[in-house]
Amino acid sequence: MSAEIKAGPTEASDPGGVPQKRKAALRRFFDAATISVMPIYAFTLLFVVGPLVYMFILSFLKRAETWGVLREFTWSNYTNILKPVYLKTFYESLKLAFFTTFFVALVGYPFGYFMARLSATWKRRMMLLLMIPFWTSSLIRLYGWIIIFRANGTLDKILMGLGITQAPLKLLYTYSAVVVGMIYALVPFMIFAVYSSAEKLDWQLVEAARDLGATPWQAFITVSFRLTLPGLLSGVVLTFIPSMGLFFIADILGGNKVILVGNLIQEQLMKARNWPFAAALSVVLMILTSIMIALYRKVSGVKDLEGLV
Amino acid sequence: MKKSKIPSLYLGLMLALMYVPILLVIIYSFNESRISSVWGGWSLRWYRDLFRDRDIMDAMTNSLILATVSSLSAAVIGTLAAVGMPRANLKGKGIIEYLSTLPIMIPEIILGMVFLVYFALIRLPFGMVTLAVAHTSFCTPYVYMLVKARLVGIDKSYAEAAKDLGATEWNVFWDITLPLILPAITSGVLLAFAMSLDDVVISVFVTGVNTNTLPLKIYTQLKTGVTPKINALCTLMFAATMLIVLMSAWFAKKSVRKTERRISSEEASGIRNSVGLAR
Repeated sequence: MSAEIKAGPTEASDPGGVPQKRKAALRRFFDAATISVMPIYAFTLLFVVGPLVYMFILSFLKRAETWGVLREFTWSNYTNILKPVYLKTFYESLKLAFFTTFFVALVGYPFGYFMARLSATWKRRMMLLLMIPFWTSSLIRLYGWIIIFRANGTLDKILMGLGITQAPLKLLYTYSAVVVGMIYALVPFMIFAVYSSAEKLDWQLVEAARDLGATPWQAFITVSFRLTLPGLLSGVVLTFIPSMGLFFIADILGGNKVILVGNLIQEQLMKARNWPFAAALSVVLMILTSIMIALYRKVSGVKDLEGLV
Repeated sequence: MKKSKIPSLYLGLMLALMYVPILLVIIYSFNESRISSVWGGWSLRWYRDLFRDRDIMDAMTNSLILATVSSLSAAVIGTLAAVGMPRANLKGKGIIEYLSTLPIMIPEIILGMVFLVYFALIRLPFGMVTLAVAHTSFCTPYVYMLVKARLVGIDKSYAEAAKDLGATEWNVFWDITLPLILPAITSGVLLAFAMSLDDVVISVFVTGVNTNTLPLKIYTQLKTGVTPKINALCTLMFAATMLIVLMSAWFAKKSVRKTERRISSEEASGIRNSVGLAR
């Protein structure tokens, strides 16, 4: 009955017939929705999938003597990475990434945790206050650190003014400067990740633990910390991944003293012009990144990275 | 339970530390002295010099064109996709959706490197064209995600009612869906604009020999040696970014408020968080 009513108007408007039917089928395929997703299909295939596939292929090609690449298969770009010089770069990168992540967690975890305990009004204010430095161009923030770290810069003036040091410390272009720059650039990711997980925490559980005789510290470790662990873990992933690729921080704050995988890729691309090797380095970096994400998912059992959209 | 002062102290101290480097750049942009470690009194001379610098003005034009082109392209691609995806009869929708967000998921350096080699392969001329394509790739996910989140909150009965009254698919989109998602689109476009205006890593790889953008100009200066003009430039860029981001947040809030009437506040706060964290 209802089908008849539904069919009524269409039947009336077109009298049927085979060509009409084929037209309808075509129209269903090329309907508005399908056409409207065409741009993103085309763009993604052409400018996301294409480049990534080409990078993968390129990493197995031979470098031409003078310019460009030869269409010959080789493993040498990957075996090249195993050379001590390059392995050392990977080791240095991982070391810096671990360092950075450790300090970011140390600084960012309490921040996100304390922030989640604020009143609703203050939470909103803090969000806004965090947004401003977070959205400020990383170049401007790096420049600020140059002003602080350079010889006779702000830090030297303060320390010498207080009589703590006598001569300029020459902190710019050192490993510590790079670490500070990295922590500064990445700590917001940790804060947001921990915050979004701590905000969902049921504080009554903490109170219950306290009522049952737990010290504040015990209550924190057994209840709050365990429940905010997913947030901490996603913060770790969100800091660790970019910290291997942030070549320009090492470039600007470290002079040429700190060479990371990111710097090596850039150097191979722009200066050495060894594109297949740069591609192989990128593939390895991407694999390392994926392993991190997979490990995180396995450990936490969460599908999406918390704090990441 | 007595309230400890340590949390507020810690939050305050950390926030102060986050602002110090930015404030220093701003303060020194008003420094009269040429040697930037010496304070020579307040002055606007570096701003005047900045606007007389031909190179910097060219870079500024490039940056603005680039940000406009890529954020608007992202607006078209992202909005159409977000509206069409749920109803399109195509295979691999989920995969395309995932792949299209990759540009903001994978490390920037890898994105820059793959674009460089790929553009060389397909012989796209390096310069504004390559920059625009690369920037569009990381701008689109912002628009897409914000519009998609907004669409979840729209009552389907509006569109159905309009269709019952004889509206075509196009009428429904133009008269009903678009006005409802406009705040979300605006918010996404502004965010994308800010991202494009600030991008340095990807631009370093895909720019041409003679094409400069403002962040590229600052990057080279930071590596070789800064003049106080750069402080002035950084300050202006900071002001522009803040204005754009705040506007974006305002539109996002508007979008969320509209959405909140329809869906639970928990979901709405999820959207609000994703708006804030979309980077």
